Amino acid sequence: MRAFAYARAATPSDAIGADGRLIAGGTNLLDLMKLEIETPDRLIDVNHIGLDEIAPDGDGNGDGLRIGAMVRNADLAADDRVRRDWPLLSRALLAGASGQIRNRATTGGNLMQRTRCPYFYDLAAACNKRDPGTGCDALAGRNRNHAILGASDHCIATYPGDMAVALAALDAVVEIEGAAGTRRVPVAAFHRLPGDTPQRDTVLEPGELIRAVTLPAPTGGRQVYRKVRDRRSYAFALVSVAADVTVADGAITRAALALGGVAHRPWRDPDADALLVGRAPDGAAFAAVADAILRGARGHGDNDFKIPLARRTLIAALAEATGTDVRTAA
Amino acid sequence: MSAPIELKLHHTMDRPDSDNLLDRTAQGVISAPLDRPEGPLKVTGRATYADEDHPDGTVHGVLARASVARGWVVGMNTAEVRAMPGVLDVIRDPRLLRSPAQGQASRAPVQNPAEIFYVGQPVALVVAETLEQARHAALAIRPDYEAREPVATADGQPCETPPAKQATQGDLDAAMTAAAHRIDVTYTTPAMSHAAMEPHAAVASWDGDRLTVRSSNQMLKHNVAELADALGIRPGNVRILSQYVGGGFGGKLGISHEAVAAAIAARRLGRPVSVALHRRTVFEATMRRSETRQRVRLACDADGRLTGVGHEAWVSNLKGERFSEPVTQATPFTYAGENRVIGHHVARVNQTTAGSMRAPGEAVGVPVLECAMDELAEAAGIDPVELRIRNIPSEDPSTGKPFSSNRLEDCLRAGAEAFGWADRRLTGQRREGEWLIGMGMASAVRVNMLETSEATVILLADGTARVETDMTDIGTGSYAILTQIAAEALGLPMDRVTTVLGDSDLPPASGSGGSFGAASAGSAVMLAAQAIRTQLARRLGCDEAELTLKDGAAIAGNRMTPLTEVLAGDVLKGNGLIKPGKTEKTVRQATWGAQFAEVAVSALTGEVRLRRLAATFACGRILNEKTARSQCLGGMAFGIGSALTEEVMNDPRDGHFVNRDMAEYHIPANLDVPEMTVTFLPDRDPHANPMQAKGIGELACCGTAGAIMNAIHNATGIRVRDFPATVDKLLDRLP
Repeated sequence: MRAFAYARAATPSDAIGADGRLIAGGTNLLDLMKLEIETPDRLIDVNHIGLDEIAPDGDGNGDGLRIGAMVRNADLAADDRVRRDWPLLSRALLAGASGQIRNRATTGGNLMQRTRCPYFYDLAAACNKRDPGTGCDALAGRNRNHAILGASDHCIATYPGDMAVALAALDAVVEIEGAAGTRRVPVAAFHRLPGDTPQRDTVLEPGELIRAVTLPAPTGGRQVYRKVRDRRSYAFALVSVAADVTVADGAITRAALALGGVAHRPWRDPDADALLVGRAPDGAAFAAVADAILRGARGHGDNDFKIPLARRTLIAALAEATGTDVRTAA
Repeated sequence: MSAPIELKLHHTMDRPDSDNLLDRTAQGVISAPLDRPEGPLKVTGRATYADEDHPDGTVHGVLARASVARGWVVGMNTAEVRAMPGVLDVIRDPRLLRSPAQGQASRAPVQNPAEIFYVGQPVALVVAETLEQARHAALAIRPDYEAREPVATADGQPCETPPAKQATQGDLDAAMTAAAHRIDVTYTTPAMSHAAMEPHAAVASWDGDRLTVRSSNQMLKHNVAELADALGIRPGNVRILSQYVGGGFGGKLGISHEAVAAAIAARRLGRPVSVALHRRTVFEATMRRSETRQRVRLACDADGRLTGVGHEAWVSNLKGERFSEPVTQATPFTYAGENRVIGHHVARVNQTTAGSMRAPGEAVGVPVLECAMDELAEAAGIDPVELRIRNIPSEDPSTGKPFSSNRLEDCLRAGAEAFGWADRRLTGQRREGEWLIGMGMASAVRVNMLETSEATVILLADGTARVETDMTDIGTGSYAILTQIAAEALGLPMDRVTTVLGDSDLPPASGSGGSFGAASAGSAVMLAAQAIRTQLARRLGCDEAELTLKDGAAIAGNRMTPLTEVLAGDVLKGNGLIKPGKTEKTVRQATWGAQFAEVAVSALTGEVRLRRLAATFACGRILNEKTARSQCLGGMAFGIGSALTEEVMNDPRDGHFVNRDMAEYHIPANLDVPEMTVTFLPDRDPHANPMQAKGIGELACCGTAGAIMNAIHNATGIRVRDFPATVDKLLDRLP
């Protein structure tokens, strides 16, 4: 670990525009610093700036929820309102990391979690995300946990988290404050695709602070988080699916799907979701939307299986969300 | 205190035991499910592990690694790194190791890190005032390489075929041709890593020419010899302390980089030096279990009686390493069949050193043989349990030697009954919603060993006793069982016996490995205690066999005398030594078991959910039902990992260990481990040792993975022949 300067912010405004890297729970940043993958000269500790409330939100009736950026993952997952109205979020949180990590990790910090690409984690490897312009050793390397959607020749890394996948399906919004004021970015647009600048994970600009994440009122749909991984806990998703689906009178009236573990960001495809509307919940309808979502999917060797796995996991999640007995996903 | 009066009792296992001391003692603590005496220290953090005991002035060393897989280090920016903050030294000593020592080597492993054999090989030690400074400086080391093209993987590489490791009996090809049913299948198992909870660490300090190393090691007498040889000093000047070891699984059998590096650095700097390996270094620079490719051929008649058994294995290791995963170790004697082929082939690769890992051989060989047996059972239309029972040989079919004891049939029958095997349905016949349900089973077999081991027991004048041996407790329960053995033999309550382990200045034990630790070190302790019994009997004027010791008193000839009175102020010392002898050669010794698994497999995603695992074992006298059961639960969890989650991933270009942390190398998590039941059959094996106890910990991971794989087939109809059964192996064949 390199020596660094440390400053503690007392208020959000201390953190906004501050010169240095913000550190909240530190569950990812400290690991990366020990390995010298991240080498900030200065850390700004935001653990004492407040922003740790979960409160009703929304115009008029307040059916939405405003989650302070410093709310810990464990507290968010256990919140009664979240468990009742957005169980998808609670389940996604509990599907990630370990109890100890969730006790430290924060809502804002979790959105900033960096990829688990092993070549990103290896200072001896070529990695455009860690060291722009050096190339991508994952392309012809071991890429089991890499992207099948939205990747580029510069980077095939995935965003590894679970919380943001649920938030994307729930149409949550990130509230960001910078020197120029406050802006609101949908969670689904917060992470970037790698393109030729994979070193930038998100649209957050230097000096900006995530203040909160807001959830719109629950849709009344049935919410499911299905995470497929190489062991049953403490493993990153091979593929995860967040689904919020409403069925009325034998037909789907609304569906929102998000995929994790398949791209540089939680993957949403509202046009594909719309294919479900008006259809009876059955295997054929689920397969059709899965095929639409995965139309442009491409594997890189080790991760080729993720394409059929994503298709099957989508079908399984939709079957569970709609209470449909699907016998086969072949 | 008066000088102890010593009696030695040294015993070689040339004949089966006829005394059976532990069945005629009276204290009643042997076999009891007692807590570990050191348990409270461990769970309250007061048990000091290697890197938790720093003498004053200790500084920190971190190993710098090679980032190429093959070649030579021809230069290094040592001057630049020496000038970094806090840096005390950059050491490129030719005595630094290339590889850790193999188990029981007792001499230095391959040294001189200037020649590079694998990515991650240590090339220098950087020592600094703080761990952070040392880590930072180690990352700043930039070797200049003269690199060569590495052999990144074993695929397609030429192999060595050591003549001594091949065997042929009869004509397997003819047996295959003539067979009513035959199986000819190839399986693969991936490289695996021990992943012990405590990373390797050593703290070295010198007092003149005498070196003390606090380390995390399994076999101190061998480790002293290895370390002394590596440093070029006399073994008598080396003391190793490994009082507590946070897991070993074979990964700490021999000395490793940290001990040698710490010793060299401490000598140069004149200060104690701690070298605690980073988890990544543990993964990439200590040991791995070799990947294997295994071809199994089985031929049977219409009744399922085996006429041929072929098991050929391909493994890998570094150039120059003599160890190679003994995949087929149990195959020669597990099942009958007059026509047999055993094959063993080794490829030389530029990857992390391959060495012993829990049940080397059987851990990967038995599951594959058991999968093949399941395939044969299906082909022959015979129940898998029945097929195995029909093929249990009456003697070792490869040598004609009798078994010391063969309890496989008992285990199979008892296990099947306890598990509810009769409820198993034919392949693909059971479904619960999305989930396909299946049951599978496998035999568990592991060779049984005894190693030379010495111990001293001292009975003090106050009627308390102390056990001393350099045995280690790697989490297995050595403290508990050795205390129990001495307490049982001397008729003392547990709290009157103290066991001191993990100090190489104490009498040399077998060390922990090969599941021989309890039997070997335990026998030495029992013999030492028996020597004290003999002294007590003399004092009471009776034969040792007529003596009953219980609760601190001696009963002989209808008279009870407190031990303190018998001792009359004297201190009695017993020295016990056990050596393997003729019973190692005259009979085939093994431990036996049967494992049963129930799984659910998602018909949609291919996810495997292990629902329950049940095992029945016969492994001689159980010394402590609780620690023995814990050993088995751990072994079975190990087996779950090899069936479902664990795999070392190597980069195809340079062979480097890609998933080198605990987040990406997937040992099973709690949720992967379901309800497990363990049953021990009452058992004694007089050929094994004077306690008639046998190995346990490794047996439990032999077979587990086979039972799980066979259950997956029963659920889905899919044979996964490449371990582990991750979703990608099932997806394209799901119904």
